[in-house]
Amino acid sequence: MSANLLAIFYLISGVLFILALRGLSSPETSRQGNLYGIIGMAIAIGVTILSVGNFSTGFIFLLVFLLIGGSIGAFIAFKIPMTAMPELVAGFHSLVGLAAVFVAISAFLNPIAFNLGTPGDIKIASLIEMSLGASIGAITFTGSIIAFLKLRGIMSGSPITFVGQHYLNLALGLALVGLIVYLCRTQIDTFFWTIIVISFLVGVLLIIPIGGADMPVVISMLNSYSGWAAAGIGFTLENTALIITGALVGSSGAILSYIMCKGMNRSFFNVILGGWGATDDKTKNTSKEQKPVKNGNADDAAFLMKNASSVIIVPGYGMAVAQAQHALREMVDALKKNGVKVTYAIHPVAGRMPGHMNVLLAEANVPYDEVFELEEINNDFANCDVAYVIGANDVTNPVAKTDPQSPIYGMPILDVEKSKSVLFVKRSLSPGYAGIDNDLFYRDNTLMLFADAKKMTEDIIKNL
Amino acid sequence: MEIDPFVFRLSIFILSIFIGYYVVWSVTPSLHTPLMSVTNAISSVIIVGAIIAALASDTEKIFDTASIYGYLAIILAAINIFGGFLVTQRMLAMYKKKKKDK
Repeated sequence: MSANLLAIFYLISGVLFILALRGLSSPETSRQGNLYGIIGMAIAIGVTILSVGNFSTGFIFLLVFLLIGGSIGAFIAFKIPMTAMPELVAGFHSLVGLAAVFVAISAFLNPIAFNLGTPGDIKIASLIEMSLGASIGAITFTGSIIAFLKLRGIMSGSPITFVGQHYLNLALGLALVGLIVYLCRTQIDTFFWTIIVISFLVGVLLIIPIGGADMPVVISMLNSYSGWAAAGIGFTLENTALIITGALVGSSGAILSYIMCKGMNRSFFNVILGGWGATDDKTKNTSKEQKPVKNGNADDAAFLMKNASSVIIVPGYGMAVAQAQHALREMVDALKKNGVKVTYAIHPVAGRMPGHMNVLLAEANVPYDEVFELEEINNDFANCDVAYVIGANDVTNPVAKTDPQSPIYGMPILDVEKSKSVLFVKRSLSPGYAGIDNDLFYRDNTLMLFADAKKMTEDIIKNL
Repeated sequence: MEIDPFVFRLSIFILSIFIGYYVVWSVTPSLHTPLMSVTNAISSVIIVGAIIAALASDTEKIFDTASIYGYLAIILAAINIFGGFLVTQRMLAMYKKKKKDK
């Protein structure tokens, strides 16, 4: 196959990947989009194999390895519970990162295969591209592993900080730049290996100071990194499919990080530099006077909702932890039978990753046209009779609008307090991730339902 | 004067970032999780590099140090490709069911 024809095929798969993302603009077109993505991938793999034209024993091994990897991937894809999507995506990012490192190593060891020169005499541009690709890939790999461990709860979600952390990161960053320069001047492989080792270290150091609550940003950020790593390798291999994909994924991850940061009202740098914000929050929490709350039970809640004309459900991650989404949907079905209009309000950072709560509700058979984003539904709270807050906390805290001293001041929140009455399902009065008290607990129109989210919802169903 | 092919690739890269920017902003927020899993799957197109690395080794041995890294990368990327696309498919199918129910 001629190089030009090959390039055109790569371009086609690049375009198909763009269409795959374009399809996600609505649920109706999304499955077709995914199909485009699969076709694009099949074309890229197919033409690459044809272009190498090596159908010896190596080809058999290639198929075997494809099959092994594919079966593992398929197995995971079918088994994974939807609550574990954030971990899964973090784990997948780490694999892309490591694959990028391996391809870069391979290109460095055998540059002839990639048309990059000979060992010890690799083109300077290629050296820069492959060391950047390897470095970003390595950071993605270890960073995603740490994110995975934190999300899985194997590692504590609290930020790990130490004195001089930022200076150490800065020093390592500068060392990486220096090493790449030296590698280009000397072509000595020790520098190449050192770049990879230091990048592994940087990945760990970058993610350990970031707290559990900031994980949505971290996952999006690592998504972005994996894209840039792919693009770096794409330049090395002079492969348009990789360059296009890398750029798409890179900007996608960056946009998601931005959306997540905005949803938490934190600057990107604040999250990345970590630790600081988290330690500040804790101190503000000390003056806690005992304020009266109205305590209700399932019977009260059922009565209120049954007689309401409209109810808005505000789910948060706590709902997912309690596995209450199916019970919740049953409750909503029962309410609908009573003629109550029910909608769902989703805050941008309601789950552990962008869009997580939507997937969890979709899994519980909640029709997606009953689920609304913050901007779409926020004005409706003023006209709604009951807001049912289940497993959410900080995203409903009115302090974000009223108290400039609060760490979450300025964060967009769901205007739950505007509804006629609020049912707040929560196990205790303990503060949420931001470590601050929720003003909403003490309002006159709030009824606290102290219980496990799933149990309370089931009890309400019984009383409906 | 001839233009270095690198400049063409850079142009593709920069333009793709812009395409990505506009396409991703048009993705509905309720599909952000599938967006992440599908971007994850397509970034595994890095497998093309792994295939070249694995097969193009001109030595008689199937596994030399360079090709071993290629084969390892093939396994990793294959996990991602199959896992990423299938889990995306699984999620998107859940969005489909609802529409039928109505």
